[in-house]
Amino acid sequence: MGKTLPKFVVTLIVIAILAYIALAGIYAGNFMIPSVFDTENGIRKGLDLVGGSVITYEAQIEESMSPDELSTSMDSVVSMMRQRLNSLGLYEADITKVGDRRVRIEIPSIDDPEEAVQKLGSTAQLVFCDYQGNVFLTGSDVVSAKSQYGQTQQNGTSQYYVSLTFTQDAAKIFAEETDRISKLPQGQNIIAILMDGEVVSSASVSYRIDSESCVIESPTFTAEETTWLADIITAGQLPFALKDVELRSVGPQLGERALETSLWAGLIGLILVAVIMIVFYRIQGLMSVIALVAYVAIVGIIISVFRFNLSLPSIAGIILSIGMAVDANVIIFERVKEEIRFGKSVKASVESGFKRAFKAILDANITTLIAAFVLWQFGTGSIQGFAITLFVGVIVSLITALIITRILLKCMVGFGVTNHKLYGA
Amino acid sequence: MDTKVRIDIVGKRKIFLAISIIIIIAGVIGFCVRGFNLDIDFTGGTTQQYNLHKEITDQDIAKINDIMVDVTGEAASSIQITGSERQEILIKSKELSSETRDAAFDAIAAEFGLTIADRYSVDNVSPSVGSDMSRAALISIVVAVALMLVYITIRFSFKSGLSAIICLVHDVLVVLTFYVLFAIPINTSFIAAILTIVGYSINATIVLFDRVRENKKAMSRDDFANVVNVSIWQTMNRSILTSLTTFVMVLLICIMGVDSIRNFALPIVIGIICGTYSSVFLSGNFWYMLENKKGTGKSSKAAPAKAKRAKA
Repeated sequence: MGKTLPKFVVTLIVIAILAYIALAGIYAGNFMIPSVFDTENGIRKGLDLVGGSVITYEAQIEESMSPDELSTSMDSVVSMMRQRLNSLGLYEADITKVGDRRVRIEIPSIDDPEEAVQKLGSTAQLVFCDYQGNVFLTGSDVVSAKSQYGQTQQNGTSQYYVSLTFTQDAAKIFAEETDRISKLPQGQNIIAILMDGEVVSSASVSYRIDSESCVIESPTFTAEETTWLADIITAGQLPFALKDVELRSVGPQLGERALETSLWAGLIGLILVAVIMIVFYRIQGLMSVIALVAYVAIVGIIISVFRFNLSLPSIAGIILSIGMAVDANVIIFERVKEEIRFGKSVKASVESGFKRAFKAILDANITTLIAAFVLWQFGTGSIQGFAITLFVGVIVSLITALIITRILLKCMVGFGVTNHKLYGA
Repeated sequence: MDTKVRIDIVGKRKIFLAISIIIIIAGVIGFCVRGFNLDIDFTGGTTQQYNLHKEITDQDIAKINDIMVDVTGEAASSIQITGSERQEILIKSKELSSETRDAAFDAIAAEFGLTIADRYSVDNVSPSVGSDMSRAALISIVVAVALMLVYITIRFSFKSGLSAIICLVHDVLVVLTFYVLFAIPINTSFIAAILTIVGYSINATIVLFDRVRENKKAMSRDDFANVVNVSIWQTMNRSILTSLTTFVMVLLICIMGVDSIRNFALPIVIGIICGTYSSVFLSGNFWYMLENKKGTGKSSKAAPAKAKRAKA
């Protein structure tokens, strides 16, 4: 009895501290445990909650491409995508390689996903051709491309344009071709610059141009467009086209509603579960509800510290694991009740109830962990999120049921609470 | 020890088996008649969801269909009203290119006066991604079940492991029946839902088998049928209560959640009911029937009449 009170109080204080940390976080210089509400340093809200797009591109490769070559090219796809995202102002986007020939791009809070799909996926195939469509130079002959503002012709108006610098070899070809084209009749003496098959600029040529540089101009160019154009030309060209094979896009309005309703569902569910436990198991139930508070707090801290991406399926995983967390307690309490009915003292019943329930709890939870683990390994995006929270939830529920509930129940016995009815027996 | 048996579940096993078989046959018939409602995740395709900010009439749907025919050259495969206020429209079609999706949105936006903010969601999946997904789904279910069988065989016995797996197959079939009969779209959530059900149902089965394992030693003079019956009733409170708490959580997600999360939670609601049913009424019986098949051991001596019936 003497040690029971301090033990009980310490346990409650520990749980209260855990709950406080989960809600408020700890911010002490370099050491930080973010609060569950801190989406800047802690939990990252999934794109289905804040709105955003997930775009997957697949390289349309030739059979002859070697795995090494593919792998190198995919790396340049990633760096090219980063550059293109930056030039579109999408700095918060994440890029991941998926499998050997896909890249997944996650862009939070984007207004027009289709624009991103089209701009990011373009192959940036730049060609120079004559009026008949004969290509004489391509983007790989370009050393650098810059967006500039100014006059491109004497007495012309100032405008945005892209200035290109050719390699030495390309400059020679350019000189020869301009020479040839300038001699063609009026109307046919045209050089067109095509980007991905679309004419971005065309101009008539009246004399040989012996220069290492050239400009792409169009009266409709804006600063954004020329910057973007210059960037993707510089980023280089890929040996294959990229196809957008998957797009998942959720508007912010839909996401907001999803988060709110899920949180309410979780809260009301938690209260109902607490009521059910207390009605059926009285004092044992009350202790398990206290342990459940610890459970929710620990799960909250874990997902904040490890910065889990909280998507709808992962919220479902958490809510489901709350239901399952109670299961270990139920198995134990049923055992305790049985032992009491069998005629044992309450103290001995709690002792042997935990002991005899342990095997069942362990085996049952390990099989659930197997399912969660397999989902984690073989699942994709959102399913992995579900699997991880379920996995974490099951492990934490084991700890809280086997340690915290046990300490609390033993305290109850220590306090002399031994009326059988209070244990639901 | 409490050895009260309220209903002889092992003796009445044929009734419980019959109930499950009838449900599964209904599923098979449903499957033959109209098959699965495979979502774009598996087949490839495009879904677009727009908020029209008005009560949606049949004329509106007809207009949208006309627009889809104009823009894509083909009628949409389905146009549904959705959202909590029934003001949103969900258009499913074959896979469309980004440009075509834009064109479709522009045309619908012009018709109904929408802005880009009313474009609630766009999903597009290529058939190649879909087939990868199906393969991953199949692999994950087979791997999970195989690992569970190994684990249960180590901890219990092969026969109990096999019984547990038969139960799982039963649960999966019943949930599939539900998907077929109510034409619920089968998408990525489906895999997660099935595996959750599998993990959940085996949980309950193991709690029962743990009791059987324990009682087998304590009641070595009883026949196996009685051991199973007693164990079922000893774990009955736990089975019902745990199912109740999980059921409450999932039902709430189902009632309050948005469409995407409801598609995931609804099968789990069904799965919990059928998982509990199979754990309580079937798993012990399967184990009993497998143990009894050889006609040797304690069970055949103590309950010869039952053993004969099981063979018949």
